[in-house]
Amino acid sequence: MSDGEPLVRWDWIGDHAGELADYTGVHLRLGLLPVLFGLIVSVPLGILCHRWRWVYPPVLTVANILYSIPSLALFMIFVRYTGLTEQTVMIPLTLYTLSVLVPNVVDGLASVPEPVRQAATAMGFGTVRRVVQVELPIAVPVVIAGVRVAAVSSISLVAVGQLIGQGGLGYYITRGLQLDFPTPIVTAIVLIMLLALATDALLVLAQRLLTPWSRSKVTSS
Amino acid sequence: MNDLLNQLRLIGDWLTSSQQWHGDEGIPQRLLEHLTYSGLSLLFAALIGLALGLLVGHTGRGAFAVASVVNLARAIPTFGLVVLVVTLAGLSTTPVLVALVALAIPPILINTFEGVRGVDPAARDAARGVGMTEWQVLLRVEVPMALPLILLGLRIAAIQVVATATVAAYPGLGGLGRFIVDGLSRNDYELVIGGSTVVVVLALVVQILFTALRRVVVSPGLRV
Repeated sequence: MSDGEPLVRWDWIGDHAGELADYTGVHLRLGLLPVLFGLIVSVPLGILCHRWRWVYPPVLTVANILYSIPSLALFMIFVRYTGLTEQTVMIPLTLYTLSVLVPNVVDGLASVPEPVRQAATAMGFGTVRRVVQVELPIAVPVVIAGVRVAAVSSISLVAVGQLIGQGGLGYYITRGLQLDFPTPIVTAIVLIMLLALATDALLVLAQRLLTPWSRSKVTSS
Repeated sequence: MNDLLNQLRLIGDWLTSSQQWHGDEGIPQRLLEHLTYSGLSLLFAALIGLALGLLVGHTGRGAFAVASVVNLARAIPTFGLVVLVVTLAGLSTTPVLVALVALAIPPILINTFEGVRGVDPAARDAARGVGMTEWQVLLRVEVPMALPLILLGLRIAAIQVVATATVAAYPGLGGLGRFIVDGLSRNDYELVIGGSTVVVVLALVVQILFTALRRVVVSPGLRV
């Protein structure tokens, strides 16, 4: 960086407002769709793991191994199959969410008090109806705690996708390095953090709306 | 299936060709760089994160501040931070290491804190009752009981450091990410996938090391 160059040139942000908004939209899509897909996979998988405990350790081991693989390497493995597309970023990000979401679905189901389960059975609920209408709603706070962690880390990981040309706001990070100009990098970092924190706040709100009965209690994250 | 076999053959060819194993751009040199960055950052982060986590967990003061800082830190895009550090401080190892340390502290800190705070108060009171000093309570009761969570924090930090050290090749640092970044810019897929394979193997080794460590150091009474 040349001397006398400020950390942030505000006029640059003003000049690029429209473009920044576009990339922000792309970033949200790349970061949040994987969390949605991850949830769609994790809920049935978590129910399976809760019902048949022996399924849980191998599923957890595979999820943890996937999580430990650095994103850059995982993207490259998928480039061969899905090319330099958004899928190549979203598939690995989806796989990463499993290591948080599956354990939280299992823990959430385990948090259902046994008397509640028995009461539901006594009222004539079949297994499927009991899981869907009684156990899953009670598991919601723990599941959402996992969704919050998954969403925040997914949004911040999207930027790495820029190395295969699909990084949402990560575009400004590589651009800033090429131009030796810090403003776009700082702007991208701040916007990504704001997206993550806003998503987190919305999820807390969603949890309050979905589980009105838990409002009186303090739920720790 | 055929394609998978081809890919494996490509990786095999790359890994076994002798030029990969010699000189400044060979796998041993890159692996050494990668392990140096990751090991040093993890060591410093562990010193700071463990000390702070034990302090806050034991005294109970500053819990809210710790939780807020950790939440905020989780939202930082690591790739952006590393690139910003290089843009501001120029391409040298120390600033990048500082960034890696900063990224590795939060998971160690929060898990150590949660681990110590979660110790059964009855066990803590009993330890004081038999005449242990505060230091003894911390080192002989709280730390052993918090070990599973402390190790989890260290494992998450190690995974993150290894991954971010890979990405740090983009602004020009060494390490295993070099293969991937150079391969991408030269359109050399063999280099990209070969480098990725070495990174994956390193990640698996880290994961296995922490699982083994947990088996060895965690008290049998605490195993689930």
